[in-house]
Amino acid sequence: MNRLRANDWLFWGSIAACYLLQLMPLPQAMLPLKPWWLALVLMYWTLEAPDYVSLGRAFVLGLVGDVFSGDLLGEQALRLCVFCFILLRFRARLRFFPMWQQALAVLALLLNDRIVLLAIRAADGQLVPAASYWLAPFVGMLAWPWVFLLLDDARARLRVRDA
Amino acid sequence: MALTRNESAPLFSSDTANTLRLIAYLALAIALMVIDHRNGWLVQVRYFASAAVEPMYRLAALPSRLARSAGDAMSDRARLNTRNAELERELLLAQARLNRLQSVRDQNERLQQLLEAQRSLDLGVQLARIIDVDTDPFRHRVTIDAGARQGVAVGEAVLDAHGVMGQIVEVLPNTSTVMLITDPAHALPVKSERTGLRAIARGNGALDSLELQNVPISADIKPGDMLVTSGLGGHFPAGFPVGTIGSIRNDASGMFAVATVTPSAALDRSGEVLILHNLPDPVGPPAPAPAEGPPAESAPANKAPNP
Repeated sequence: MNRLRANDWLFWGSIAACYLLQLMPLPQAMLPLKPWWLALVLMYWTLEAPDYVSLGRAFVLGLVGDVFSGDLLGEQALRLCVFCFILLRFRARLRFFPMWQQALAVLALLLNDRIVLLAIRAADGQLVPAASYWLAPFVGMLAWPWVFLLLDDARARLRVRDA
Repeated sequence: MALTRNESAPLFSSDTANTLRLIAYLALAIALMVIDHRNGWLVQVRYFASAAVEPMYRLAALPSRLARSAGDAMSDRARLNTRNAELERELLLAQARLNRLQSVRDQNERLQQLLEAQRSLDLGVQLARIIDVDTDPFRHRVTIDAGARQGVAVGEAVLDAHGVMGQIVEVLPNTSTVMLITDPAHALPVKSERTGLRAIARGNGALDSLELQNVPISADIKPGDMLVTSGLGGHFPAGFPVGTIGSIRNDASGMFAVATVTPSAALDRSGEVLILHNLPDPVGPPAPAPAEGPPAESAPANKAPNP
């Protein structure tokens, strides 16, 4: 019971940290490099503790992200649903990939997400973004191992402490 | 409850990734986006959710503020000295200008009182801070720490010490969002200070340039020309500096010229900004002259204490 609660804390804490990181100001040159933290963290939870992630929850978390970022309401919700759907479908396989293959899968998922976002923005009537638009998925790929190790370590520590 | 499922076979996890549910959620998201795009009543939702949103903004801005103050604390003494000297010189100049403006303003006020034209003095200027939150790197927006409770309204112009920065696009109780003039969705009616040529300055997605499109090839513009707001369209009062023309080239069709403009406002810095409250609308068709004159005159007097 106790362990469950500690895990809950970790889950919600990691989600809150994602929102903060997403809003955090960065120098102008680094802005296009900002990875989509929420997706990375949700990917960890999908792979390691799928009880925490469902399409409905992804939708709601995306909506909250939209409220924070103040863009079109529903934009992140849609992107996160697509992301989590693919992830849940291939979870059984992705879970046992070595780290570098997982990172490549992250890249593919995030690139797919950029295409979805491009479609949404095009429907919204916006211009074609600059080339730097495509950089964030690569940063996400590089960030994935660290997100994974950090969360995994935190979870392992909680487990040891509670045992 | 989760314990029971914890070690269940992952092969069946596709139950949770039901295609039908995906379609339902996607439809819901698309419906939300369309509603939000069409009639924006979901801004109301955001307005009420702001109790949670605003502390988050301030929390997210905290690290960069700390980093900046740490940077200030550690910057070396020599640089601070030169900077100090520079600022003192600037202050002296500004003070001199301020004194002159003060006397002009006093005179203006006396004359206005004589004319009993108090309405034109209602031009309100309000100071606000940028709270360093960027909500989307591909749209140029900043968040400032004044909102509906401080009397900010959507559509008001935002200036800094050097020129026009943008306009308010969204207002929450204690914060609001400013669309910068470089946002790709922003267009600003300007005129050349030298020749009076009218044009529209559009954002092109780069933070340090604007574009004047569809300028007649024969038009009298050249690099270095100063652009100011023309006051047409009603959102921005006339006469505030917008930028200087950098380069001029022909557009793809060869029929028109396209000019690149360097904005005067320091759009990539953070600090204090001025929100220009709308002039009260007169009933009926407005008289054009008084709405245009006073902002250019009284704003510099209010603006001067800023640097």
